[in-house]
Amino acid sequence: MSGRRQPLDPHLVERLWRTPAPKPAYDVVVVGAGGHGLSTAYYLAKNHGITNVAVLERGWLGGGNMGRNTTVVRSNYLWDQSAAIYEFSLKLWESLEDELDFDVLLSQRGVVALAHSTHDVREIKRRVSANHANGIDAEWLEPAELKRFVPIINISPEVRYPVLGGSLQRRGGIARHDHVAWGYAHAADRMGVDIIQNCEVTDFLRDGDRITGVQTTRGPIAAGNVALAAAGHTSTLADRLGIRLPIQSHPLQALVSELIEPFLDTVIMSNTVHVYVSQADKGELVMGAGIDAFNSYAQRGSFLIIERMLAAAIELFPIFSQVRVLRTWAGIVDVCPDASPIIGPLPLGNLYVNTGWGTGGFKATPASGWVYAHTIATGQPHELNAPFQLDRFRSGALVDEHGAAGVAH
Amino acid sequence: MLLISCPWCGPREEIEFRNGGEAGVAAPEPDAEPTTDEISGFLFFRSNPKGSFHERWNHSHGCRRWVSLTRSTITHEIESESQPTGRFRP
Repeated sequence: MSGRRQPLDPHLVERLWRTPAPKPAYDVVVVGAGGHGLSTAYYLAKNHGITNVAVLERGWLGGGNMGRNTTVVRSNYLWDQSAAIYEFSLKLWESLEDELDFDVLLSQRGVVALAHSTHDVREIKRRVSANHANGIDAEWLEPAELKRFVPIINISPEVRYPVLGGSLQRRGGIARHDHVAWGYAHAADRMGVDIIQNCEVTDFLRDGDRITGVQTTRGPIAAGNVALAAAGHTSTLADRLGIRLPIQSHPLQALVSELIEPFLDTVIMSNTVHVYVSQADKGELVMGAGIDAFNSYAQRGSFLIIERMLAAAIELFPIFSQVRVLRTWAGIVDVCPDASPIIGPLPLGNLYVNTGWGTGGFKATPASGWVYAHTIATGQPHELNAPFQLDRFRSGALVDEHGAAGVAH
Repeated sequence: MLLISCPWCGPREEIEFRNGGEAGVAAPEPDAEPTTDEISGFLFFRSNPKGSFHERWNHSHGCRRWVSLTRSTITHEIESESQPTGRFRP
């Protein structure tokens, strides 16, 4: 660990950003102070010199999905469009501590994706091959090699879903999500961005077919551009304008165990049995599952999802059977039909959307903000988010990442 | 865990069902020559309300028939009787 600022003292945390009152007008109003909203504000200021920016947050900074994800970072996606943006993101992650002058505790401990069926083996080997073609590090491991890399894994052929191998991206890993939010917030604040918490956007100000600002619980705020970064609540904002989005909001559950000695030094994920797990530096196992199938805004899901996830985890790692669950929770994720995001303008002037990250937005935090800031500042998509426009659901040019996105984040 | 009433089998646990998304979404009629927007809307666009949501469930580990009901996406409370519904027609 370096000598960078570490916000472990709660009194210090309060001073990482100001608590300004909203000004009457901004050049850009970003709706949502999660990871993507904060990184967008940071790159608007840093890359484009646009500092008259407000980030409005209905709750507290980083209190939505940014504080609820399982902190996995990787770039091993199948299609060229996704590989490009996620690999750009991973490269930004690799220099993020220097960029923000802030510890984000990136630990490139490797991410393993397990195969449990012939189909899985083919799909994952195909993805490894596609990753190689895109210059992304990826390896296929046979069960015996996996066992050497992760000694606690059960590779017995006698279980319901035997481990037939897996992919490994060594540059993947985890980062401390709270630090990422605080780092972007602190750096954006230093450049003049106003981060305004407890300020919910309730409606939009319009002039014909142009958006001119937002109505909030703290009064109207005029804006040159309005940029939505509201994850699972994006639809409720777009509904105000009669704009339909191909988004469904679902709970995505995760849990942590009690603190235990370090024994798992990588990230293991399995789409087939719906579990992914890593061990945080404090010692708790951090585990995630698939989404609850029903729509919800409740930030909680059904217990059957947790039960299935733990059953799968114990079969893969019998050593987990004595570990107790400490806490479970859910975030509301914005799921797109092709498991890829939408980053671009909406059909009203001066209004932009960044949504559809679904179950995997955390790893994209740096790149998402980078390309979204570019899109807002120039009015044109960056080449990395040009394929991720709303009109692909009319043209049919989907970016189907269900295999690489699946549950596994 | 939701307790979902099946019109044929009675109240059953959510784990017996598969969620079918928004109810009342009709496919374009085959002879109607639908526009691109109509096809796109049917394939990809669904309501996503924060509040009452009319949705379908398939009793996949029971009678395998479809039901529709209204449920709150805020509290998860089921707000209506379950109605029998078709697989292809709302």
